[in-house]
Amino acid sequence: MTALIELKGIHKHYGDYHALRGIDLEIRKGEFFSLLGPSGCGKTTLLRTIAGFEAPSQGTLRIDGRDMQGVPANLRPTNMVFQSYAIFPHLSVAQNVAFGLRRDPRPREQKARAVADALEMVGLGGYGGRAAHALSGGQRQRVALARALILQPKVLLLDEPLSALDKKMRETMQVELIKLQRNVGITFILVTHDQEEALIMSDRIAVMFEGEIAQMADPETLYRRPNSRRVASFIGKMNFLEGRVDEAGERILVDVAGLGRGEVSPEQAPAGATPGPTTFGVRPETLSIVYPGEEPQGRVAPGIVDEVVYYGDMTYYDVRIEGVAEPLTISMKNLMGRPVLDVGTPVGVIWDEKSLVVLSR
Amino acid sequence: MRRGRLLGIYTIVYLVFLFAPIALLPIFAFNDAAIIAFPLAGFSTRWFERLWTTPALHQALQNSLFIATVTAVLATLLGTCAARAASMARFPGKRAALGFIMLPIALPEIVIAVALLIVIRQVFDLPLTNWSVIAAHTLICVPFSIAILNGAFAALDPSLEEAAMDLGESRWSAFRLVTLPLVMPGIVSSLLICFIISMDDFVLAQFLTGANPTLPVYIYSLTRFVDSLPLIMALGTILVTLSLTLLVIAEWFRRRGAARAGLKTSGGLL
Ligand SMILES: Nc1ncnc2c1ncn2[C@@H]1O[C@H](COP(=O)(O)OP(=O)(O)OP(=O)(O)O)[C@@H](O)[C@H]1O
Ligand SMILES: [Mg+2]
Repeated sequence: MTALIELKGIHKHYGDYHALRGIDLEIRKGEFFSLLGPSGCGKTTLLRTIAGFEAPSQGTLRIDGRDMQGVPANLRPTNMVFQSYAIFPHLSVAQNVAFGLRRDPRPREQKARAVADALEMVGLGGYGGRAAHALSGGQRQRVALARALILQPKVLLLDEPLSALDKKMRETMQVELIKLQRNVGITFILVTHDQEEALIMSDRIAVMFEGEIAQMADPETLYRRPNSRRVASFIGKMNFLEGRVDEAGERILVDVAGLGRGEVSPEQAPAGATPGPTTFGVRPETLSIVYPGEEPQGRVAPGIVDEVVYYGDMTYYDVRIEGVAEPLTISMKNLMGRPVLDVGTPVGVIWDEKSLVVLSR
Repeated sequence: MRRGRLLGIYTIVYLVFLFAPIALLPIFAFNDAAIIAFPLAGFSTRWFERLWTTPALHQALQNSLFIATVTAVLATLLGTCAARAASMARFPGKRAALGFIMLPIALPEIVIAVALLIVIRQVFDLPLTNWSVIAAHTLICVPFSIAILNGAFAALDPSLEEAAMDLGESRWSAFRLVTLPLVMPGIVSSLLICFIISMDDFVLAQFLTGANPTLPVYIYSLTRFVDSLPLIMALGTILVTLSLTLLVIAEWFRRRGAARAGLKTSGGLL
């Protein structure tokens, strides 16, 4: 299985500004791939490079085995859904969707049917006659999708397509996009700065910082085994603890400040482990609190509740533990008969060496 | 209250000052007397009839229409290119370049006129023709064209053209199919405004006109003959009506363009 899209050593300079700093990437056919990163990290630049709107200063880009150097955007097998949707305001919905079919030799009726089908697919059946500038945000987004998908591109590029929608609409569209992608089988590359969106939708995610890919993995690996403090804090909530790696041979032995010693597996150190001081990460849901009357199972560290945030289904506790610099955040399901604890309650914190991640410094 | 009243009086005085002289035009244009003075002598259309039968006037009108039409097209063409570059392209020295293009608005026309006269006659030793007037008028119209079209281009989402290219169109056809229709009201507006500016100009034409004068230059030559004053009034009436009509049409196009792109109007001339 060769890659559909292959980027090798892509650099992009804007004058003095180094926007992309050596991107290596392979995206497989039919994959839902996300580029995730904070604002200004170069996600849009990378997407526009693939689309053909920016020429890389250095490096090679291949799509379906073909070198894309010098191939203009209109001749690439990619289509794009722009962040602003870029719906043509002087055309009707149907004319917008049919725009890419201008050079299509099929007879008029067939094209009209293709347009109707495309609109049906995105849930806008019967909207063809509407004026495009009078649509709502969600409808525009669907028109943009239909307009791109009608050309059956090898790759669909989406630049933060959901960021302009309200929360409810966004959640609906996330599910619809996933379904759509499975149905059409087209490779999707999604740009987003919303880690939750990336986790929900993607087969694989590349996390970018400052023009570089910091980590590339499937959502579960990315969440459970981030390779650096930066990635860990960008995705979900993570507690950071200081400590040291005592031994990094066949067995990796660690000592976590305030919690104690333990042994971790090599998978728990995605960036490798070397003896010496290091940072550990632990997710709030892998820690738990011993409630009054419960038998503690596993290793327990004594602490005091410092902060309580109630979410309805969950409660987040910040628990101060002696020897740990920052209070640890612990999320607990609000099960039947489990009281919400008050600030100041002395509690035990259960932790497991298997849920530790050794982070690169 | 008092301030409101004073402001009201000021507004009225200002408007009278501004428009009373123009209001005199139609009054005396239809007055049945060769002398411009009250009391009026009765209604007559004879001045308009005389305009109709003056061949020199027709020649001047023809010149003016030709010059204004060519100027409008040239200035709008250049203005479109400049406005597009200003809104979409990035290049070093962009601001300085645009500043220089806009400069003629601030220069006294007589300076431009003399400078062009020297260039044409002394440097290149070319005869003065309608084309020398067209060159001068284009020079002063381009900044207006840019000002009008800047609004139209700045309101455009730059990704529209990219979207068209992404959907398979070349750079030029993306411009033709998407950008052009969206800025078309601005272009029409610019054509009309440039046409009016060229039609109205006296200073540049006076210096640069060839053997055949333009309409304003011809009117000026008439003022030497006292008995042709009502004739000027009649001509003036026609020109003012024409100018106002074109201006209103131009503004209508500009607003329609803004509305079509789903925008609130801002700026513009009316
Ligand atoms: N045409 C350009 N000229 C100069 N600098 C640019 C240009 N385009 C982008 N940049 C710079 O490159 C950097 C990356 O921009 P990019 O648009 O790729 O970020 P992004 O990750 O998409 O951010 P966002 O989430 O805000 O959209 C930014 O600092 C931006 O200012
Ligand atoms: Mg972006």
